[in-house]
Amino acid sequence: MKRSFGDIAFDVVNYTIMIVIAIVTLYPFLHVLAISFNDSIDTIRGGITIIPRTFTLENYKKILSDPIIGWATFVSAMRTLIGTAAGILSTAMVAYVLSREDFFARRFVSGLFVVTMYVSGGMIPSYMLIRNLNLLNTFWVYIIPGLISAFNVIILRSYIEGLPYELQESAKIDGANDFIIFARIVMPLCIPVIATLSLFIAVGHWNSWFDTYLYCSYNKKLTTLQYELQKILVNAQLQLTSTQDIHSYGKGMKKTISPESIRMAMTVVATVPILLVYPFVQKYFVQGLVIGAVKS
Amino acid sequence: MIPIKQKEISTKESKGKDIRKILSQQKYLIAMSLPFVIWVIIFAYVPLWGWTMAFQDYKPGIPFSEQEWVGFKHFLKLFNDPMFFLALRNTLAMSLLGLVFGFTLPIILALLLNEIKNLTFKKTVQTISYLPHFVSWVVVASIVTQMLSINGPVNNILMSLNLIDKPKQFLIQPNLFWWIVTAADVWKELGWNSIIFLAAISSINPELYEAATVDGAGRFAKMRYITLPGIMPTVIVILIMNIGNLINIGFEKQLLLGNPLVKEYADVLDIYILNYGIGSGRYSLGTAAGMFKSLVSLILLTIANTISKKTTDIKVI
Repeated sequence: MKRSFGDIAFDVVNYTIMIVIAIVTLYPFLHVLAISFNDSIDTIRGGITIIPRTFTLENYKKILSDPIIGWATFVSAMRTLIGTAAGILSTAMVAYVLSREDFFARRFVSGLFVVTMYVSGGMIPSYMLIRNLNLLNTFWVYIIPGLISAFNVIILRSYIEGLPYELQESAKIDGANDFIIFARIVMPLCIPVIATLSLFIAVGHWNSWFDTYLYCSYNKKLTTLQYELQKILVNAQLQLTSTQDIHSYGKGMKKTISPESIRMAMTVVATVPILLVYPFVQKYFVQGLVIGAVKS
Repeated sequence: MIPIKQKEISTKESKGKDIRKILSQQKYLIAMSLPFVIWVIIFAYVPLWGWTMAFQDYKPGIPFSEQEWVGFKHFLKLFNDPMFFLALRNTLAMSLLGLVFGFTLPIILALLLNEIKNLTFKKTVQTISYLPHFVSWVVVASIVTQMLSINGPVNNILMSLNLIDKPKQFLIQPNLFWWIVTAADVWKELGWNSIIFLAAISSINPELYEAATVDGAGRFAKMRYITLPGIMPTVIVILIMNIGNLINIGFEKQLLLGNPLVKEYADVLDIYILNYGIGSGRYSLGTAAGMFKSLVSLILLTIANTISKKTTDIKVI
């Protein structure tokens, strides 16, 4: 088919827009990377783009040798591992039970979870609850309060409902109980969705900082990587205000400000694990999300 | 499927005496769900009960029966607090900006991506554009701070284009704060939010396009008369959900990008609740503010849902 001038012009503009979007998305990451590998004194001169001017590994050495950062990384990793395992197992069990049309309390339990998507008690009642349960400044505050998301349950349940029920029935005839059916028959068929949801849950755990800020700021043993980065960022924000001759903030501030390069190295360290898992699960998540979206 | 249905009917017929039978038959299902039913009641419903704090002069550490009930005192206090209205204004301003850009741009991106015929190129753009979604707000705030710093790339570009004559500290300018937050949000979520629309586009029957081509429809005609109507149900569902969430825009970006100089434009409702409720221990006032937020969000959702049901027959709840 002959292509009109307008058609070609549209394609040119369209491809250009896409390239711009790709550059605008990637450039900040590359810039941060370049600064993190650049000498921290040299960085202050400015003008670095996406290639380090004075290459150094010092910034990373400084961070990785800091015991607090090391410990924070460990806590982040632990909450991600334990939180994801506990979260996906709980989600799967609830989703499976709710997929069973013969379950006597199906409507009631389903309703209990769905309502939580629309109403929540809010920050203060939740805080008071966690305080009353003595979960403040404990590791479990990272795992238990956010254990299950109703949205994930619905996605997984829709997927299970799409599987042929005959498989479960024939297993039942062979004498398998409901738990065996769940673990041996249903779960293996759900691997794509389980992978997707695990990614979501894991990313959520790795990225979260506010629960540390709100619930665990008094226990140094429970600090996380994102929380440490947040503290550095707050100092940098205050630094901004002080460089503009705002004496009230400038004088009161005695905390050490991490140089840009250190802060960027820290940013990279907090991001890298995400970038590592991203390609592996990427092929699953669009698929999984689309199934969930279409069904619900 | 069929045997189960029959079982259901038979249990209905001989109710009472079979309860024990059901319980024993479904004991594994019960064991697999009961802990989580208890969990959801504790962690989602007990906090709802906590709303009673809004009507008390709540003091921590004394039993519920001894708390003093004060009616709507804290709501009145809230509605007479200029700081509350400031927080409400900031919340609505940023959420409306978010609705205008954060909702329309992903639709446009999906439409444009759909016109890309080179699949490798399309996939690459998609993969790149989803990436920032997976990065934490702390990291994004750190990146934004760096990009906007006095010798950062944004200043460099504006300087070399002669748009400004000396570098600016963007993050301490109150009138820019809403726009910076919106831009950061779009940067982070643009690609991700387009997925759902791309999925909707891909579920449109390809025969429609073929028929339109035969009829001589051009690219824009197809977009206008096939693609857009085809994704309209999805668009409306997402719009309803966004309207329901207008007041729940979160607070991470504002908390992380804000600083004392832009406080007046950065403090959103959740930060107000955090500062007044938890920070200064005024739990009842904070709970009242949180409750206000929840109710407004439910009302908005219901209104959007009703309007949509009446006009387009599409509903979310």
